[in-house]
Amino acid sequence: MISVQACLDGILLGILFALIAYGMALQWGVMNIINIAQGDLVILGGYIAYFMYLYGIHPAWGVIVAPVIMYFVGIVIYKLVINKVVDRDLFISILATFGISILFMQLMNFAFGADVVLANSDYGTTMLFNNNVVLPNSKIFSAFISILFAICLVIYMKKSKLGRAIRATAQNARAAKILGVDTEKVYAATFGINAALCGVAGALISITFTIHPYMGLPYTIRSFMIVIVAGLGNLPGVAMSGMGLGVFEEFADYILGTEFRIGSVFLLLVLILVYRRFKLSRKREYLK
Amino acid sequence: MKKNNLILYSGILIFGLAAPFLFPAFKVQLSILCVLIVLATTWNIQGGEMGYNSFGNILFYGLGMYLCASVQVGMFFPLAEWTESGGEKTFVHTPAQFFQGMAVGLIVAAVVPTIVAGLIGYSILGLRGHYFAICTLGLGVAAGEISGGIEIIGAGQGFTTPPFPEVGSLDSRGEFFYFLSFFVLVLTFITVKGIYTTRFKLILNAIRDNEDKAEAMGIETMKYKIIGWMISAFFCGLAGGIMGGLVGYIDSTDVAFDGREMGVFMVLMAILGGKGTLWGPIIGATVFHIFKEGFWTFFLGWQYVALGVLIVVIVIYFPEGIMGWLREKYPERFGEVVDEKDRKAQVELK
Repeated sequence: MISVQACLDGILLGILFALIAYGMALQWGVMNIINIAQGDLVILGGYIAYFMYLYGIHPAWGVIVAPVIMYFVGIVIYKLVINKVVDRDLFISILATFGISILFMQLMNFAFGADVVLANSDYGTTMLFNNNVVLPNSKIFSAFISILFAICLVIYMKKSKLGRAIRATAQNARAAKILGVDTEKVYAATFGINAALCGVAGALISITFTIHPYMGLPYTIRSFMIVIVAGLGNLPGVAMSGMGLGVFEEFADYILGTEFRIGSVFLLLVLILVYRRFKLSRKREYLK
Repeated sequence: MKKNNLILYSGILIFGLAAPFLFPAFKVQLSILCVLIVLATTWNIQGGEMGYNSFGNILFYGLGMYLCASVQVGMFFPLAEWTESGGEKTFVHTPAQFFQGMAVGLIVAAVVPTIVAGLIGYSILGLRGHYFAICTLGLGVAAGEISGGIEIIGAGQGFTTPPFPEVGSLDSRGEFFYFLSFFVLVLTFITVKGIYTTRFKLILNAIRDNEDKAEAMGIETMKYKIIGWMISAFFCGLAGGIMGGLVGYIDSTDVAFDGREMGVFMVLMAILGGKGTLWGPIIGATVFHIFKEGFWTFFLGWQYVALGVLIVVIVIYFPEGIMGWLREKYPERFGEVVDEKDRKAQVELK
C-alpha cells in the first residue's frame, strides 16, 4: 500500500514539476537561455499565495493573482538583465541568472523570513482503498489546475498571434525578424509567460507543500532534468518525465530517508547526463 | 625582460614572506586570500584555458576539507566519538600529533580528489558547454546534501577540526596557516606557470577553440581534458584541507560544499581578472577579496544581495575582465604586434 501511496503522490507532484519544466522548455527553445533563477521565481509565486492567505484571502485565488504579478516581474527581469545576455555565450547567461537567483533568494529571506511556511487551504483529504491511501484534496486540486493551465497555454500557443510569433522565433529568429516579427517583444513576452507559469506552480506548491527562500535551486534542477529527458518541444514527454521524476522522488524519500531526497535528485541529474553522453558518444555525437 | 621578471617575482616572494609580520592583524585574511588565489588559478586551468566552465570544483575543495580533518582526527582517535562529543572536549592533540596528522591529512586531501577527478572525468568531461556546467553544479550540490546526511562526519551539526596546539606560550596559529597557504600558492603558481609554457597549454586552448577540429588533428582530447581537471582537483583539495584547519569548523553546505559562496567566488574571481590568462585570476582574486572584506561590513546582512548584483554586473558589463581590458588598451605590452596602418584605418572608420 505504501508503494501505491508513493506512486500517487509522485504522479500528482510530477504534474507540478512538468508545469515548471514547460516554462523552462519554452524559454530555452525560444531564447536559448537556461534560467537558473527558475526555482526562485517559483518560490516567489508561492510567497504571493502565502501572503494572500495571511491577509485572510483563500490561497487558491493565488493561482490567478500570482501569474499576473509574476508576469510583470518576468518582464522587469528581462528588461534589466536577460536582454543583454540573449545572444551571448550560454555560460554568460547561466552565470547571470545564477546571480539573479542568489539575489532573489536573499531578498526573499529578508522580506519573508527564513521560516518554512505553507498556506493552509482546508481542503481535507480523500481516503482510498479501505483508508490505506491518504490523498490530500489540495494535491488533486493542484494537479487539476496545472493540467488546466498547461492546456490553456498549448491552445494559446497554437491559435493566438503572439503564440504563432513565439513559435516562429523559436524556429528561426532571424527569418522571423525579416518577416516582421518584433523578436525583442517576443522574447520579453516569453520570459513573462515563463515567470507567470512559475507563479502558478509556486502558488500551488505553497498550498500543497511548504516553501522556503532557499528551496529554489532544486526546482530549477528538476525542470532542467525533465527538459533534457523529454527534449525541447515535446509536451507529452515533458508530462511523462515529470511524473516519472515525481514517483522517483517519493520512492527515494521512502527508501533512503528524507535527508537524502534533494541529494538523490541532483545525483539523478548527473546520472542522466552521463547516460545520455555515453549513448550519444557511440554515434560520435554529443549533447548540444 | 627576463631580468625584470626575476625582480618582480623575488619582490612578490619577499613581500609574501614578510606580509604576516608587516600586517599582523590581517594574518587570517591573507591566508584566505592565498587560498582564494589558488582556487581561482586552478579554476582557470579548465574554465579559462580549456573552455569547460565548471561549477563543480567545489566538490574537490569540500572533499579535501573533510578528508584532511577526518585523517587528522582518525589517525589518533576514534572518529565517531570525536564528532559525537563535538570535538575538542574529550580528546586533545599533542603538537607532534597535530602536525603529523596535518601533513598526512593534506597529502590525502590532495591525492584522493585527484583520483576522484580522474575516475569521474571520463564520464563528465564528455558533456559540453552548458550541460557540463549544470552537471557539475548538480555534482557539487549533491555532494553537499549527501555529506550532510552521513553521521560519522558530523551530519547536520558539523565537524570541529582539531584546534591548533599551543607550543609553550607563543601562539603561532596565524603564522602557521599563512605560511602553509602561501607555500601552496607558490607551488600552484610554479606549476601553472610551468604548464603554460608547454605544449599542454596549447592543446587546452585548441580544445577550447574547437574541440572537434583538435580531435581531428590527432590530439587525444579526452586524455588532456582529464589531466587538466585532475590538476585542478589536486590544488582544490589542498586548498580545502588548509581552509578546514583555518576555519576550525566544517559544515556540509555552509563551509565545505558551499556552492553558493566559494563555488561561485572562484568562477567570479577568474572572470573578474580575465579568463585564460596567468595573472588574471590572481589579480581578480585580490581585487575581489579586498572588495569583499572592505565593503562587506557596509552591507551587513545584505552581502548576498550585493553578491548577486555584483555577479550580474560583472558578467554583463565586464566579461573580459581586468586583463582583457588592459590587453585592449595596451596591446603592445602583451606582445601583440599592432599594425599602425590597420589601427588608423579602424579609428577612421569609427
